[in-house]
Amino acid sequence: MGLDFTVVPAHLDIILLGCLWTIAIAVAAAVLSFFGGIVFAVIALYGPWFIRLPFRLIEWVFMGTPLLLQLFLIYFGLVQIGIDLPAFVAGIIGLGLHFAVYNSELIQTAILSVDKGQMEAARTVGLSRGQALRKVVIPQAVRDVIPPIGNNMIALLKDSALVSVIGVSELTLSAQRAIGATYRPFEFYLVAAAFYYVINLGMEWAQRRIERRISISR
Amino acid sequence: MTDQSHFVEIRHAQKSYGTLEVLKDISLNVERGQIVAIIGPSGSGKSTLLRAVNDLDSLTGGEVWLDGVQVNKDLPHRQYEKHINAMRQDIGMVFQHFNLFPHLTARENVVMAPKMLKGLSKEDANKLAEEQLEKVGMLDRIDYYPSRLSGGQKQRVAIARALAMKPKLMLFDEATSALDPELVDEVNMVMKKLAEEHMTMIIVTHEMDFAASVCDRVLFMDQGVVVEEGPPEIVFKNPTKDRTREFLRKHLAGAA
Repeated sequence: MGLDFTVVPAHLDIILLGCLWTIAIAVAAAVLSFFGGIVFAVIALYGPWFIRLPFRLIEWVFMGTPLLLQLFLIYFGLVQIGIDLPAFVAGIIGLGLHFAVYNSELIQTAILSVDKGQMEAARTVGLSRGQALRKVVIPQAVRDVIPPIGNNMIALLKDSALVSVIGVSELTLSAQRAIGATYRPFEFYLVAAAFYYVINLGMEWAQRRIERRISISR
Repeated sequence: MTDQSHFVEIRHAQKSYGTLEVLKDISLNVERGQIVAIIGPSGSGKSTLLRAVNDLDSLTGGEVWLDGVQVNKDLPHRQYEKHINAMRQDIGMVFQHFNLFPHLTARENVVMAPKMLKGLSKEDANKLAEEQLEKVGMLDRIDYYPSRLSGGQKQRVAIARALAMKPKLMLFDEATSALDPELVDEVNMVMKKLAEEHMTMIIVTHEMDFAASVCDRVLFMDQGVVVEEGPPEIVFKNPTKDRTREFLRKHLAGAA
């Protein structure tokens, strides 16, 4: 029994719907991980100890444990303390915070490597430290860190397949459903892989566009 | 209401890093509209003194006053931050390495602080940017990013940025030291123009000719103390101290 892709078109609708979910979750989690990464970085560098230390713990949990376990904790664990999140929201939060921690590491390094004179110049015109960070230091740090963050975002897209285990009908789970109906795992997993690849290309294209826009000011 | 009578007054400024004393009891008065140059070898403490005026480097002892208000007031942290941010709006500063914001155009560099701190409207901000950049001869580069400007052009934009806050006092920390020789003049011209408008300025410089031509008073510092102070004709032509003479001989020989 060889490969037979003729079974695919009949199930293309759920595959495409799965793509949309994957894209929606990846984009939402990417945005969360980007802004979360900035917030985490600022807290790690400038926060008072009583905020910094709890964040260190969160950081450790997100870096030191499997993402799959984190998704279970957020989706199944939080219910026990009365926080009942829809699966896709739990997935976005899990993926977003997980990658926010990695982005934060990059952004911290970038903030520290912005020339000290930038902060000084901003302070001498009367900006507070917070204003100087927001308007002068962080925009420059973020600009430097777009390419490595882009790599994290591609990892995020791929790891978004994990949210299938908490029941979000994204691309991987949709492929599994199609397989359940047809007993054609090879065909549908290949189709899913092809769609992941296409979405990835789209993300790379978006990243290149952002980088090009930024490079105008260099 | 105030116990001081000079526009800028530095009283017994003292600064040490551990056991290293970089400023040893320095006092300096500057009157409104006056231009004072601080010269001296590197490591003499001249930049530290200048940076103490707007508290970029905090003194370990002594006071700085501007127009009847103490700059380095002893206040609780939060109140002090508010106070110093307000004071710094009145004190423009120009750095050796320009420190323009590279992610902003010349226009945005100039108007960022006025927009944020004084709540300027878009039209007023644009007018301000044009006005200030015209003053430094950079109107034709108003929408350029710093990366496309020469050193001299960058420094002129940096001066416009400082002037946009309408400061009472301008500090120049070796504003031309990082420039190629042929670009020094354009920056000096702008500074001369400010002098003609009676801007009060304190200038740390290595350029003796420029100091001699625009300044009302020259301070020669060495090893954290003011060795000699007076009008440029005296300090440059007839210095009374050996250390001043030695320094000037080296410097003027280098320039010749």
